[in-house]
Amino acid sequence: MEWVNAIIQGILLGGLYALFAAGLSLIFGVMRLVNVAHGDLIVMAAFLALVVTQTLGIHPLATLMIVIPVMAGIGYALQRGILNRTLGDDILPPLLVTFGLSVILQNGLLEIFSADNQKMNAGAIEIMSIPVADKINIGVMPLIVFGVAVAVIAGLQWVFYRTALGRAFRATSDNQSIAQLMGLNNKHIFGLAMALALVVVALAGVFLGVRTSFDPSVGPGRLIFGFEAVIIGGLGNLWGTLIGGIILGVSQNIGAQINPGWQLLAGHISFLVVLAFRPRGLFPRIEG
Amino acid sequence: MSVQENYKFVQTTRASRVAGLAGVVILIALIAAPWWAGRGDMRLLSEIFLYLSLAALWNLLAGYAGLVSVGQQAFVGLGGYGLFALAMFFGIHPLLAVPLVALIAAVVALPVAVLIFRLSGAYFAIGTWVIAEVFRLGFAQVTSLGGGSGTSLPIGIVKSIAASRSMRESVSYWMALGMIVLVLAVVYFWLRSRHGFPLTAIRDNELAAKSLGVDIWRTKFQVYVLTAGLTASVGALIFLQKLRISPDAAFSVNDWTAYVIFIVVIGGIGTIEGPIIGTLVFFLLRGFFADLGTAYLIILGLVAIVVILKSPTGIWGWVSKKYDIALFPLARRVIRINPSNEDRNAS
Amino acid sequence: MSDAPLLETHNLISWYGDFQALFGIDFHVMPGEVVAVIGANGAGKSTLINSIAGLLPGEAGSVRFAGQSIGDWPAHRIAYLGITIVPEGRQLFPSLSTEENLIIGGQTARPGPWNLAAVYDLFPVLAERRHQPSTSLSGGQQQMVAIGRALMSNPDIILFDEISLGLAPIIINDIYAALPRIIGEGMSAVIVEQDISRALKVSDRACCLQEGRVSLEGISAELSRDAVNQAYFGI
Repeated sequence: MEWVNAIIQGILLGGLYALFAAGLSLIFGVMRLVNVAHGDLIVMAAFLALVVTQTLGIHPLATLMIVIPVMAGIGYALQRGILNRTLGDDILPPLLVTFGLSVILQNGLLEIFSADNQKMNAGAIEIMSIPVADKINIGVMPLIVFGVAVAVIAGLQWVFYRTALGRAFRATSDNQSIAQLMGLNNKHIFGLAMALALVVVALAGVFLGVRTSFDPSVGPGRLIFGFEAVIIGGLGNLWGTLIGGIILGVSQNIGAQINPGWQLLAGHISFLVVLAFRPRGLFPRIEG
Repeated sequence: MSVQENYKFVQTTRASRVAGLAGVVILIALIAAPWWAGRGDMRLLSEIFLYLSLAALWNLLAGYAGLVSVGQQAFVGLGGYGLFALAMFFGIHPLLAVPLVALIAAVVALPVAVLIFRLSGAYFAIGTWVIAEVFRLGFAQVTSLGGGSGTSLPIGIVKSIAASRSMRESVSYWMALGMIVLVLAVVYFWLRSRHGFPLTAIRDNELAAKSLGVDIWRTKFQVYVLTAGLTASVGALIFLQKLRISPDAAFSVNDWTAYVIFIVVIGGIGTIEGPIIGTLVFFLLRGFFADLGTAYLIILGLVAIVVILKSPTGIWGWVSKKYDIALFPLARRVIRINPSNEDRNAS
Repeated sequence: MSDAPLLETHNLISWYGDFQALFGIDFHVMPGEVVAVIGANGAGKSTLINSIAGLLPGEAGSVRFAGQSIGDWPAHRIAYLGITIVPEGRQLFPSLSTEENLIIGGQTARPGPWNLAAVYDLFPVLAERRHQPSTSLSGGQQQMVAIGRALMSNPDIILFDEISLGLAPIIINDIYAALPRIIGEGMSAVIVEQDISRALKVSDRACCLQEGRVSLEGISAELSRDAVNQAYFGI
């Protein structure tokens, strides 16, 4: 029975990982950029939410009203101010700049908040659970996170395939020059894409902060989980990313059942196995 | 007169000859360091040599082969743990273990490369990070090496290096000096050789290189395995000096990747001189900002970002372009050896 | 027709890195005119089009449209002025369906007769394939989409960059047969072509480029074949 529980928890955990991954996937899809600082931005969002709850005294989930627009603004500014300058044929500049950003963010957060573990308290909802069968309970919070992940992915799909903005994203990522001839300002479009990605990052950060403890150094770990979910699921496929996240979460939990110290390792191993036998992921749609 | 008689290929430059001479003088002075330098100075010099080695190797990988790895700490740690394991469990002399871990790491790098070469660009980079994490988590499970908290090198093994402490420190220092000489020589001659020459072509234009028949995959594979081995040896030396190892220290991203990347970027990526400049700048800055800790990393990160955006070829790139010099010349230039009739009449 | 040119270039110069492609082009299109630009491969025809469109950097006064200096404007800003391009090689957006390609062309739309229904009326075969990915269409159909995409913005001037490239002669005939209806009343056009006779037949005036310079210019009907050949090949 513990195994069934572990698997269910793993599936729900996959939702959180899909949230980590969705923003990463979006940015890669639109501008072929992998933001090495992605995980650190998630952590930054978590700290932002922490500050808001502490100063305003509101519920952590309510901080989304502030964290989302702030992160979106930061995303737009970051893209237009710095990252747009790195885009081009050379892979080094975006990689190195976002790596530098990652180091700056981690250490900046360390300076401001110290290395202490933090966690936001969402109140009663954190301990509520739904009994499903004998000895199997589904936590309400993990279920909410999973639901949010599904909603986010559905929302992103809707934006991409049913709105003018999504059309602009797809056209710009296809062919920057011709997209300009359609009146699309690439710099602006990329800025909007990053803003949208950081909206997802804001959600990921807030739910990270409520679900588990965090500190300035956990950014790279979140990046790696997101990245593994994307690769397992297949590039360019958001629903695939959800599946990837689930596989990752389940692998980790099964590993933890065998030996608590093996949790992370088990996840990495299933990633490597997928990489070995299905290098393009399980449901790929675009080339890396 | 035929073309061959009028022109020839030249690889050395006057600057490089001067630098070569200066280099020999500096090298002699450095070899003699145990006689004129204090303990602290020798430790600092060793640190500089080892960081420069890591930087030169990372530069070969990223600046020349285009393989941006943020996971070289995997091999630094592998080298460190390899040394400890070889010495503690197999009774191998630590100084012998240093080159031995290079072989071990190269063998380990083979399947690793096969796996992660399936990824490209930034995804490759993160893949290397995952590998490093796997190593870190793996070694944390090995209780005989101290598990998560690590272990110290037993006194007996430490003493086997040399009887007296000052002798041990000299030996450590000379090993580090030998390492940087070896690494720079390997990098330089590899790039000049049949194996490495394609790298400069790949870096300049991969598609064109491929169309000229360069086997991209094999060249990159060779570089990856080569740098893995040498990086491991550097790692072995690092932890031989520290005398203590733990998973977090062995596989630290900050220590073995972040600093290294910043050194190479600021100094000048894709040139041999770049890492040298970068290392000197790094240690100079560290001297001023040592007490700031995290702020130092922030400053480094900011400087690196500004450098990438404004002068992507770093300090050396700017200098060499302005003054047209190369200390480690790789480009072959064509020069005219017989002045033409017009030149003769003009002068 | 009014006296001032709708579109004109003054001493237009263009570089690709170290390579100079245009050496000072003086070119103009009057309102309602159809001007052919002919020349061999590499003569600079596409460079001229791309410079006008704003895809290549330029001096402010080197390109003027409706009296405005646009030489240094970015392409996405010029797109709103009423200049559209049917690019060389079609260059549809692979991630967009046929209909989405048309819709995105209408992003910069001004008032006018062209809309989705009108384009489907012009090219009925596209209506059947409206939701298919644009890349699944044949070469000729893709060219229709590219033309439709350009029409959707109701431009004042359309620049056709080698629309016959890579298409079968029958298809080319069909497309050129539809040209009068496409250009319609009052719209100006620039037609870049390697096929000399076709270009001269559909245009009012012709301009020949040779290695980045204008080698011949004149009323299409009055240009002798010999003069054109000389200007085209530079002999």
